[in-house]
Amino acid sequence: MPDPAIKTAVTPQASVTTSDVPLRADYISVRNFNFFYNGVHQVLFDLNLDIPERQVTAFIGPSGCGKSTLLRNINRMNDLIDGIRHEGDIFIDGHSIFDPDIEVISLRKRIGMVFQKSNPFPKSIYENIVYSLRVAGRHRKSELDEVVERSLHAAALWDEVKDRLHQSAFGLSGGQMQRLCIARAIANQPEIILMDEPCSALDPIATGKIEDLIHELKKQFTIVIVTHNMQQAARVSDRTAFFYLGKLIEYNSTEAIFMNPINSQTEAYVSGRFG
Amino acid sequence: MNSQLAQVHERRREIHRIERNQIGRINEQMRRLDLDRRYLENLSERTVAQQMQLDRIHERIAVLQSDFEPLAAQAAALRRQLVENRLEYSLATGQVRSITVGDLVHVYAPNQLHFLQRVVLFFQHIWSFLSEYPREANTEGGIWPAIFGTFIMTVLMSAAVTPFGVMAAIYLREYARQGLFVRAVRIAINNLAGVPSIVFGIFGLGFFVYFMGGNIDRIFFPRATEMGTPTFGTGGVLWASLTLALLTVPVVIVATEEALAAVSRGVREGSLACGASKWQTIQYLVLPAAAPGILTGLVLAMARGAGEVAPLILVGVVAFAPSLPVDGLFPFIHLERKFMHLGFHIYDLGFQSPDSEAAQPMVFATTLILILLVVALNLAAILIRNRLRRRYASQAF
Ligand SMILES: Nc1ncnc2c1ncn2[C@@H]1O[C@H](COP(=O)(O)OP(=O)(O)OP(=O)(O)O)[C@@H](O)[C@H]1O
Ligand SMILES: [Mg+2]
Repeated sequence: MPDPAIKTAVTPQASVTTSDVPLRADYISVRNFNFFYNGVHQVLFDLNLDIPERQVTAFIGPSGCGKSTLLRNINRMNDLIDGIRHEGDIFIDGHSIFDPDIEVISLRKRIGMVFQKSNPFPKSIYENIVYSLRVAGRHRKSELDEVVERSLHAAALWDEVKDRLHQSAFGLSGGQMQRLCIARAIANQPEIILMDEPCSALDPIATGKIEDLIHELKKQFTIVIVTHNMQQAARVSDRTAFFYLGKLIEYNSTEAIFMNPINSQTEAYVSGRFG
Repeated sequence: MNSQLAQVHERRREIHRIERNQIGRINEQMRRLDLDRRYLENLSERTVAQQMQLDRIHERIAVLQSDFEPLAAQAAALRRQLVENRLEYSLATGQVRSITVGDLVHVYAPNQLHFLQRVVLFFQHIWSFLSEYPREANTEGGIWPAIFGTFIMTVLMSAAVTPFGVMAAIYLREYARQGLFVRAVRIAINNLAGVPSIVFGIFGLGFFVYFMGGNIDRIFFPRATEMGTPTFGTGGVLWASLTLALLTVPVVIVATEEALAAVSRGVREGSLACGASKWQTIQYLVLPAAAPGILTGLVLAMARGAGEVAPLILVGVVAFAPSLPVDGLFPFIHLERKFMHLGFHIYDLGFQSPDSEAAQPMVFATTLILILLVVALNLAAILIRNRLRRRYASQAF
């Protein structure tokens, strides 16, 4: 049985539309996707799922089930690892990300990523945020200033750091660093934000701030979040995908997954009776 | 007495000025013209243009000669004036001795000086030791050319070894496929650090001096080479620096590789996720973060290079160099010149001088200066490193 506390937390969420173009229900679309490490070690099995535009989609599942692997395939972060292999395809807005004509750098410019362990660069707060603009060759000071202020406001960090923008990012607290990484991820106006357990190292207050932030951000961005925290998935996401041993077990609206899951494994996992 | 001494000093300075600057400049031009003249005269038959050139050279030589003669006469006159007065003095034993005033360097009565004067004298001596040219076959005077030569050589060596070592390390660590080949290269680099330094000297002589220098001479200084006066085809400060750069490059590569490896994966992935290319990541994040470690490697390389003597003997160090590698004559930096070096100077003073007993204080003082120079170079690099570290040091990842 689902935890009653979750029930109250789950409220139907209407997606906020800011333009007239209808939002795609299959903005990110994974098709028959298999993934192997070291050529033979298969960790993802025949995945098929559609992630809707400007909504929050949560990936849940026990440790080692391949959530991060799938997430890191969406911006081709796994390319860095030797000996990987994939079958099937992933489409973003209808275009294959593995298309040889698409440059992986331009793909990554459209996708922001927030890592489990906050990883600010050894630079000032200001330079951290404008990094994605600088590597894209944009150096105009007025533009950079504007981006810094907008991104920090969006990441709910502006008031805390506005007086020390040019000091080292290492002087921030853990929660502030993670919000800085979020600000960095949204600085160059990506379309998608990938978050891999963004709150796992944070206290409840910092976690609450970041969850509020995710609510705000989904007005503009398509968000995919990996989390181990069931309450968090229930609070922030519109849709939830449950993975187990590299397979997609159940994928539905968050409400359905938590209130009346079809699969017994899903039910066991979301109610905390797993393993 | 003091006015006489002042006059002697004045005259010596004057002679120095005339000989080193004015006559030096004329000599330099003469040397070049003379080369062309000998080359042209040696030709069995000359074209009209060559004949005209030869005539022009003869004229210019004559002009220079006429400039030279009064200067030489002036210098000779000054020298005569130096020796025309003699100083007679009696020792405590009552013997009477005499010396020409021109041979005096300092005159002072040590027992009559009060404390402050002694302190001043002490520092004067140190200063003249540091700033003067050697005299009397290196056993007297200062060691300035050796200090300067060591310094220039170390700077050139660092300028060569840093980009080379850092690029090699970046390739090995960031770009090369980690496999058998890269492992073999790493082992080779580590072994290179253990090769006796004289072997590097022989390699430098064969490769840099004879091969590279020889080819540069054949292409850019064909006449001089034909006349048997090599320019780059003989030892010089450039070849010595490059030889030492080879000797110290393993140190820089190993240190840089370690520094690169220490840059966290999280930072690299964060950069790539921002849409940076691999090279941008290296340029903007990895290298700045690795800079303190790279500098540590450079410190070690400089400490090793500045104290090395054996390979230098083969590739350009000399016991006495008439001119510094940097001076006021065009093109101001003369990388082909032979140079003096503190380490070799110690050897020359201690073991090659006619009276090594008398040179002993010089040996000790020169050794101290060499050690201080190495310490100063290290200290400078350590300070820079600490500054870089402090900038973003509050958190370790
Ligand atoms: N670089 C790698 N090389 C080889 N195998 C890997 C690599 N990264 C992950 N794996 C394996 O792939 C499987 C899935 O890992 P992944 O990191 O995607 O799990 P996860 O669902 O994110 O787990 P967690 O919740 O603990 O983060 C695991 O069995 C893991 O051992
Ligand atoms: Mg994970």
